[in-house]
Amino acid sequence: MRKELQVAALEKGTAIDHIPTNAVFKVVSLLKLQSINNRITIGNNLKSNKMGHKGIIKVADKFFKEDELNRIALVAPNVNLNIIRNFEVVEKKKVVLPDEIVEIMKCNNPKCITNNEPMKTRFHVIDKENVELQCHYCELKIRKEEVVLL
Amino acid sequence: MQPTSLVNIGDYSRDDIFRILQSALKFKQNPNRDLLKGRVCATLFFEPSTRTRLSFETAVNRLRGRIVGFSDSATSSSAKGESLKDTIKMVGNYADLIIMRHHLEGSARYASEISPVPVINAGDGSNQHPTQTMLDLFTIYETQGTLENLTITIVGDLKYGRAVHSLIHGLSHFNPTFNFVAPEELHIPDKYKTFCDSKNIPYKEFTDFSADSINNADILYMTRVQKERFTDLMEYEKVKNVYVLHNDMLDDSKDNLKVLHPLPRVKEINQNVDDNPKAYYFEQAKNGMYTRQAIICDLMGIETNLL
Repeated sequence: MRKELQVAALEKGTAIDHIPTNAVFKVVSLLKLQSINNRITIGNNLKSNKMGHKGIIKVADKFFKEDELNRIALVAPNVNLNIIRNFEVVEKKKVVLPDEIVEIMKCNNPKCITNNEPMKTRFHVIDKENVELQCHYCELKIRKEEVVLL
Repeated sequence: MQPTSLVNIGDYSRDDIFRILQSALKFKQNPNRDLLKGRVCATLFFEPSTRTRLSFETAVNRLRGRIVGFSDSATSSSAKGESLKDTIKMVGNYADLIIMRHHLEGSARYASEISPVPVINAGDGSNQHPTQTMLDLFTIYETQGTLENLTITIVGDLKYGRAVHSLIHGLSHFNPTFNFVAPEELHIPDKYKTFCDSKNIPYKEFTDFSADSINNADILYMTRVQKERFTDLMEYEKVKNVYVLHNDMLDDSKDNLKVLHPLPRVKEINQNVDDNPKAYYFEQAKNGMYTRQAIICDLMGIETNLL
């Protein structure tokens, strides 16, 4: 039987594979894909041997910086990143959660200074494995499932 | 490196704490000095607090420093919509030190990052109130002659009590044993139990407030059980008279026991305890002034060794 690709192949660019289905649009937002003009293919609820269902995002002609990609770890720590040139995967990467997250998520405490002053949010990653963060300012601890992106 | 601001008691190492306590002992012997002559301290109380503000202001006045500031945000420019950043930047240009209380959590940390002068957190919402912890540690040290290997019984609202949480943190350097006495609804949060476990600090939990938890203690730290903390008012009615200390409950306590309370007290310590020599809460409040003198001088780099 002919194996069909579920999402069209990329000549060059970045393919983000094995995204949990509930995180696909968060990844779009984290990488600010809504505001770039590159050709983007988004697939979701695709069949996956590993995960049951998964999402995939392919961005043509775009190679992200390391710190941009590492933001993804906040919502999808186990994604596979494929860097593609000339239809070939030339590099595979894993995302790594940084020690500190600045500006991309909000603090869930309405009485936190960051929700009341025009300032950047800042979080310390206190548990990389289970993705637990602590607000640098009000010290509230936030679990992965509670993360609200800005 | 010595701290440049006091935002959270966790910013102070064991050595930092001891340096402050030694200095506070000297201020207690002689609190009236010229050490802050020519200096200006700003007290920015965005949220009113009479006790803490008076303690700080008396501490500065007794060292001949000058005070500028406000005691209510309604009379400050924040009422006009000025950001905290702008207020701090401006006051930091005028004063040599900023002492601030603010209703928003994390405000003191932020202020310490943008201020050109040291910042002392006099309470940021329900987050931190480190000078309270330091005065508690000073009082324990003064009355027991040590901070090491003490048994501390903490009674009342252990869930929301900011003073309690910081005290657990502050004492964690000194091998304490804790008895936590609280109603079900206000028991000590798991994160503090995990914290104690991670530092090998033994603790017991009680829902009854009885001789069991008092008689082996060196310090009995009482706190207020507040009605507004209860979701179930029936529950409050059941427990409101349970966590009250009466004089006869101290009959078989250790000779060195001292009863502390961060104040204000409502009913949780019966007035018949006040004349017991083990009652130490008013002296504890007085100690706040000496401790704050020590903290202020430490942050401003003023030598107090020669006192």
